[in-house]
Amino acid sequence: MTERAIADDLETAPNAEGLRRVAIDPVSRVEGHGKVTILLDSDDRVHQVRLHIVEFRGFEKFVQGRPFWEIPVMVQRLCGICPVSHHIAAAKALDLVVGAARLTPTAEKIRRLMHYGQILQSHALHFFHLSSPDLLFGFESDVARRNIVAVAAEHPEIARRGVLLRKFGQEVIRVTAGKRIHGTGAIPGGVNKSLTAEERDGLRRDVYQIVAWSREAVQLVKKLHLSNVGLYNSFGTFRSNMLSLVASDGAMDLYHGGLRARDDAGALIFDHVDYRRYWDHIVEDVKPWSYMKFPFLREIGRERGWYKVGPLARVQNCDHIPSPLADAERREFVDVGGGQPVHATLAYHWTRMIEMLFAAEQIKDLLHDDDLLGSELRVSGPRQVRGVGVIEAPRGTLIHHYRVNRDDQIVRANLIVSTTHNNQAMNEAIRQVAKRYLDGRKLTEGLLNHIEVAIRAFDPCLSCATHALGKMPLAVELIDAEGARIDEIMRG
Amino acid sequence: MPEATQAATLVVGIGNPSRGDDALGPLALERLSQMQLAGVELLTDFQLQVEHALDLEGRSEVIFIDASVESHAPFDFAPVEATADASATTHALSPAALLDTYRRLIGRPPPARVLAIRGYAFELGEPLSERAANNLEAAVAMLAARLRRSRIGS
Repeated sequence: MTERAIADDLETAPNAEGLRRVAIDPVSRVEGHGKVTILLDSDDRVHQVRLHIVEFRGFEKFVQGRPFWEIPVMVQRLCGICPVSHHIAAAKALDLVVGAARLTPTAEKIRRLMHYGQILQSHALHFFHLSSPDLLFGFESDVARRNIVAVAAEHPEIARRGVLLRKFGQEVIRVTAGKRIHGTGAIPGGVNKSLTAEERDGLRRDVYQIVAWSREAVQLVKKLHLSNVGLYNSFGTFRSNMLSLVASDGAMDLYHGGLRARDDAGALIFDHVDYRRYWDHIVEDVKPWSYMKFPFLREIGRERGWYKVGPLARVQNCDHIPSPLADAERREFVDVGGGQPVHATLAYHWTRMIEMLFAAEQIKDLLHDDDLLGSELRVSGPRQVRGVGVIEAPRGTLIHHYRVNRDDQIVRANLIVSTTHNNQAMNEAIRQVAKRYLDGRKLTEGLLNHIEVAIRAFDPCLSCATHALGKMPLAVELIDAEGARIDEIMRG
Repeated sequence: MPEATQAATLVVGIGNPSRGDDALGPLALERLSQMQLAGVELLTDFQLQVEHALDLEGRSEVIFIDASVESHAPFDFAPVEATADASATTHALSPAALLDTYRRLIGRPPPARVLAIRGYAFELGEPLSERAANNLEAAVAMLAARLRRSRIGS
């Protein structure tokens, strides 16, 4: 047997001829369609690992020529899982087009309430229903057991809380956006409705329970992490830069702020950058093997400038969290790093629950602010031709950028979604896992699930796919070098 | 579109109105909403999620309407049972998996059927295809007649 050369980064095999190709297509328990391909030699040594993602193809065409005021509603149809994030990011971008440099307190607080409702329900779904089966039962447990149905059977209270947290988040969205889906609440320059006292009081009644459950969720994930710290700290772990918005005082703020980037040792690369010129700092690279772009920080360069976004980046990028319970949890999490940033992929779960607690506390505070009932909803000023809106969506930084002509039509749009920011990071995570767990071993469903566990930690939204009946088969295929299918594992 | 409250029959339309024939579910609900059917509540969403289990409580019947690439044209209309299928591990549950979630969390789910309307093209920004539009007409006519009959019979 001739020894084959293996590339250190596992991105591109030096000589792919004759290697077996394993495809995990599509990855389950993530939104949309994703595919992982792994090239193996006859000794099961791993030569190449890639995550392929179908991006928002056709989006620019979809919005081109549309009146700009339709966009905050239209963009919700990009994604069935985070429509509110697109709704708010688009409205923020178009605030600038209508000259609304600063919203009324009522408008801004209603948008914040809507946004934190989305964060809460998205994080709850991910932890309680998509990730808890892996974390509670183990990555190599019986596949039939590794789903929420088994969680409901063995941990009924966890499954029930997941549903009720989701429901509460949806209710926050309904009262702020006007409807449960296809909401119209955020409009360029503000919002189109405030809350009634009855709506506010209805949410107030439940919010204390929501805060308590969120707090307990942090305790649960912390316990899981600390009870198996060796695994949690090493699984799919890689060092990288981190990017997120932070408030002007360095606090965590998921609705508005300046861009802050840190390097892998925690040192600032840039801080409080005005996101309206994001392109001065973020460059979108392309690779021939992927539809999805690979952004990097201009200050660091293409090779080492890639970064991660989302809960793990945000909790460590900020100086503090402006909610007492969540900030206490943040400090405890940061202490685990012993003065160094935590880069453990599985720590996304812990930080996601800290953010869920933060969102619950923010919702509670907002529900005690009378500005929510105000009547000054909208402002405008001198028209602009360009608008950029950035928020921290559940999965990470979300950028919407539009150019509008004199006839109020969209002539150009650019979106950088959270999953695109994390593209290189997710590829790095699965390469680490492949090296550690797959290399030289006969593949099993349980081993392949390790790859999926690493991807799921990022909670990627891989595309805004159609979910018609029959459109989402879940299969793991083993394909030989000539493309012939030689084995298949069906899920479910 | 009215939000779901409490009524005997819940009809859930699933799909994205901006993705070609994926709009079949929401469009069917739009048509039904114009008919003012007594005792029927309508709920539309992009995809089914775990919290939709709570919308099923107290119903005597639930009907899910979705576009399908597997059904016969113009549609299939069949009972669905609670089953822990593969969709239980994704962001979008199937009707069977939602019923199973209900069974695990709440108890015995209400009787349910799926109206699977045959769709053909699902690209972002595309309109409803002509063939799907014809299938929609046939499906809505069948369902409206059935809902009226069941109301008379109740």
